[in-house]
Amino acid sequence: MKQEAAIKMTRRSTLIFALGTIMFLAACGGKKVAPPPPPPPPTATAPTASLSASPNTVDKGQSTTLTWQTTNATDVSIDGIGAVETSGTRPVTPSDSTTYHLIAKGPGGTQDATARVTVNSAAEPSLSTASNATEEQLFSQNVKDIYFDYDKYDVRADQQGSLLGDAQFLQQHANIHITVEGYCDERGSTEYNLALGASRADAVKNALIQAGVHGDRIKSISYGKEKPFCTEANESCWQQNRRGHFFYEK
Amino acid sequence: MSNSARPLRHRALIAAALLLLWTATSFAQDWIRTGTGLGVERVRLAASDFAPSTSDAKNADLLKTFNDVLWNDLDNAGIFDLVSKSFYPLQVPGQPSEVNFLAWNSPPPNTSMLAFGNLNAAAGKVTVQGWLYDVKNEKSPQVLGKQYTDNATTDAVRVIAHRFADEIIFRLGGGVPGIAESKIYFVSERTGHKEIWAMDYDGANQQQVTHLGSISLSPRISPDGSRLAFSSITKSGWEIMMYSFDLNRMVSFPRFGGMNLSPSWSPDSKIAFSSSRNGYPNIFAVDASGGNSRRLTNDQGPDVSPTWNRKTGSQIAFVSGRTGLPQVYTMEADGTNLQRLTDQGYAVSPNWSPNGQFLTFSWMRKYGPGEPGSNDLYLMDVASKQWVQLTHDSGRNDFPCWSPDGRHIIFQSHRSGTDQIWTMLADGTNVKQLTFKGSNTQPNWSWK
Repeated sequence: MKQEAAIKMTRRSTLIFALGTIMFLAACGGKKVAPPPPPPPPTATAPTASLSASPNTVDKGQSTTLTWQTTNATDVSIDGIGAVETSGTRPVTPSDSTTYHLIAKGPGGTQDATARVTVNSAAEPSLSTASNATEEQLFSQNVKDIYFDYDKYDVRADQQGSLLGDAQFLQQHANIHITVEGYCDERGSTEYNLALGASRADAVKNALIQAGVHGDRIKSISYGKEKPFCTEANESCWQQNRRGHFFYEK
Repeated sequence: MSNSARPLRHRALIAAALLLLWTATSFAQDWIRTGTGLGVERVRLAASDFAPSTSDAKNADLLKTFNDVLWNDLDNAGIFDLVSKSFYPLQVPGQPSEVNFLAWNSPPPNTSMLAFGNLNAAAGKVTVQGWLYDVKNEKSPQVLGKQYTDNATTDAVRVIAHRFADEIIFRLGGGVPGIAESKIYFVSERTGHKEIWAMDYDGANQQQVTHLGSISLSPRISPDGSRLAFSSITKSGWEIMMYSFDLNRMVSFPRFGGMNLSPSWSPDSKIAFSSSRNGYPNIFAVDASGGNSRRLTNDQGPDVSPTWNRKTGSQIAFVSGRTGLPQVYTMEADGTNLQRLTDQGYAVSPNWSPNGQFLTFSWMRKYGPGEPGSNDLYLMDVASKQWVQLTHDSGRNDFPCWSPDGRHIIFQSHRSGTDQIWTMLADGTNVKQLTFKGSNTQPNWSWK
């Protein structure tokens, strides 16, 4: 806001304060040369946007169709796809569960919409009965990582199933020790992401403890954005990196 | 009557509004000056190339290093109107007796001050004589006269040039010591691991400090320059580590358990850092030895990146995600009187100015879906919370840190396509890149 930009260094503040109401007009200007008095703001209607995926659950390798509609938008884009027409459909084949994020910009503002596609992993391994599998193999087959929303460290609703499954597996294999590793996407600052990853790892650890897993079996560490799983700059990759990963200790 | 008066009054109002608008917007530029000598005209200074005393080839190399470093230091200082060398008279003075006052104090150089001297290398030793003359005061022109002797090496000559530059900056810059001998500590990935490195303030002499083969981050040098705190992944997780420049090796520091990140030194050598030993990442403080631990914040956080008020040591600024996106807060050094400084966006990496008045930090003011924005560096007056933007439209900028004289800010920027270390004056001008190899991040400037 130019109003804030105008409120600058101390010595000027008294004058600026007196000018408070006028400054609001300045919000439309901002260059050195005085602009003409601003016309009454045009009553642009705020854009609307909707985005859906059908079906919203697919098996790995199958495709789904994204359908979106927007109104009053001039500039529409979907993360990972890029600029798109204002309304339309598009088949997509996500390799992993993905939250598609649409942004519609228009003269009246910005609106966004999301749609989540859940991808079931290909051949669901036959559960934990194979007698020749080592405990570590069973661990990697059955324990699922927990994914987080952007800048959040609470375990979201669609991850509770994975978490309960993980807790069950750990209770059935009482001699396994694990480290929960917290990861973040590449956006944002190194130090804050390390702290955020620590909060994510601890959130997963605490949820496992609440589900009955003994706390002594669980260590936690944050890697922040230091060891990303995926290095592309798009939402599906970022989602891969916002996770609590389970590391088999012994 | 009111009908005819109204448009007139209206016009007058518009005129008044226009006038005020002009005044307001002319104050609204996102550029400010900080530091001493505000409003003072910059001193016009000429720095003549030093003259050789002999024509030895070794002498010529050392001389070039000396002249380049001296010029660069004076140019970096940000307080001079440095006269271009193309205006200088052909005859280079090596001695006071060779100064032609008229040739310097009238156009084209038209300088007030002249730095000149000579360099002599013989028998493995180098001797530099340097003077600073007020050439508009012919009767008693000498402001400074110095002689330096050291081994005839490039490094030694570089140090001599830094010292002479700092003498000039101290004399002409309001008595504020120069920074030409200060050091920068930073994280570099050029060996394949993130290790801590050190370099001179101008990017010269880049040297690896740690060889841990782990991930080491957040180097912070102690006020006396003898110890470097940083955080590193150890067998027990992220811990605060300590390197001694007196012993040139790692020294022990307590392991706290949990994740311990982002140490920061107070002026009296206490250390604040983020620790999740009790669950959530909160701010703790310990003595220089790591003892007498006390908890300063107590919330879900995450709280990280503390920075002490470098003048008083009585306040700490830090970053917290307690309300969602990270914001910058301040508190007293005992954890009381919490104040939120930023009101929106994604604000991280605060660093407190040496005079205690300002914070600089990285801020993406418009963060969220549909607001790509960029991480820019800002400066905030802590008492009034008024801020100005220092970098514009230049990609991701982070980890700003003040120079000891408060006139410069060093920072990490992705503007060249990779993360590198850059420096600028604290008003956002005179931007220069210091590192080029590999990926280099999280610069920290020595206290003196």
